[in-house]
Amino acid sequence: MRVVHYLNQFQAGVGGEDAASTPPQVHDELVGPSRLLARLLEPGGEQSGDAHEVVASISCGDDHAASDPGVMTEVLRLAREVGAEMIVAGPAFGSGRYGLACGRLVAGAAAEGMPAIAGMHPDNPGVDQAGGAVVVAAGASTREMRPSMERLAAAALKVAAGEPVTAEDGRVGRIPRRTTTVEQPAAVRAVDLALARLAGDRDATEIPAGLFDVVSPAGPVEDPAEATIALVTEGALVPAGNPDRLEAARATRWVHYPLDGVTALAAGDYESVHGGFSPAAANADPHRILPLDVARELEEQGRIGALHHEYLATAGNGTAVANARRFGVEWAARLHGSGVQAAILTAT
Amino acid sequence: MSIAEQVGAPRIVPTRGIPYPAGDPELDPEEERAWRRRLLETALRAVSTPVKRPTIFDVEESAS
Repeated sequence: MRVVHYLNQFQAGVGGEDAASTPPQVHDELVGPSRLLARLLEPGGEQSGDAHEVVASISCGDDHAASDPGVMTEVLRLAREVGAEMIVAGPAFGSGRYGLACGRLVAGAAAEGMPAIAGMHPDNPGVDQAGGAVVVAAGASTREMRPSMERLAAAALKVAAGEPVTAEDGRVGRIPRRTTTVEQPAAVRAVDLALARLAGDRDATEIPAGLFDVVSPAGPVEDPAEATIALVTEGALVPAGNPDRLEAARATRWVHYPLDGVTALAAGDYESVHGGFSPAAANADPHRILPLDVARELEEQGRIGALHHEYLATAGNGTAVANARRFGVEWAARLHGSGVQAAILTAT
Repeated sequence: MSIAEQVGAPRIVPTRGIPYPAGDPELDPEEERAWRRRLLETALRAVSTPVKRPTIFDVEESAS
């Protein structure tokens, strides 16, 4: 199969965070870990009779890739242009923006019937974005490139051969269910699990419950007086009338509104559509949700370098954890790509 | 442990109420704005402070 490998700007050698906004590009020759992937896919040629060739490396800056789902549609188009028959993306390790991009890319490929596989840490928000494509676990950081790429390549060979990839291969995320019959009915298994737990086994389970992942805190802002600060909120503050129909609960989207030239939020011009509390206090004074008046004061007085020209909002009411994590990655990509150094979130 | 700490928010400034995270309807408007100002100044202190794990930054009532 002709394989196209997707990676981010770091792995492609294009640059660091400074290059996070670079658009998608097809490289003249294989870059970074694409070469390792190519070597690992070679045995597939001997064993299965199909030669696997990594025909191109395609990279994109993390902020650009994560900000707009349309970007990965473009990457897929570029991949097809160079003759891709299969997509391998990552490993993205713990990088949320890179993982989101990989997830979207392989989901798009799978939706078009193209074999596709991504590698990333099991906690990466991109795991939930992969649609019908395969995701296999990678380590937490680039230090684990070799074992992670070996696992990704091994699973890619299976995907290329049309063989199922299972948890034993390191598969994470949505794994298609296969119905089997077990000997013991659920009631018996439930009691056995309860007894095991009472005996001290806190791990045994048939269905793993999702846990909150751990995100490393960003380093401190050196001097707020030089920094661009953004206000963001999950208090669902929107222009009166909720023009973009932000959901009041179980939000699947987030919204953004301009603050250029806005020095205060007048009652009646904005409202909170958060379904988890009475909006009366917020509607009487929207600054109770988004502290714009004071932020402008701080800006005028030189306490902050600048207030970002827009605010981001969603409703944090029964938000699915997977969606909330995706919003966080998308917000980070958008704000970072715009030169913001810190964000203040008002949470309800 | 607060929910913010439990879910791992790295820098946390506790406020006074869910329906008014950046305000306090019990106060008169001037006092409320002053409270909001102290909240934001605490937030600036928080983003300028290195942290390794969820860290609470309380508004310092004695600060001018």
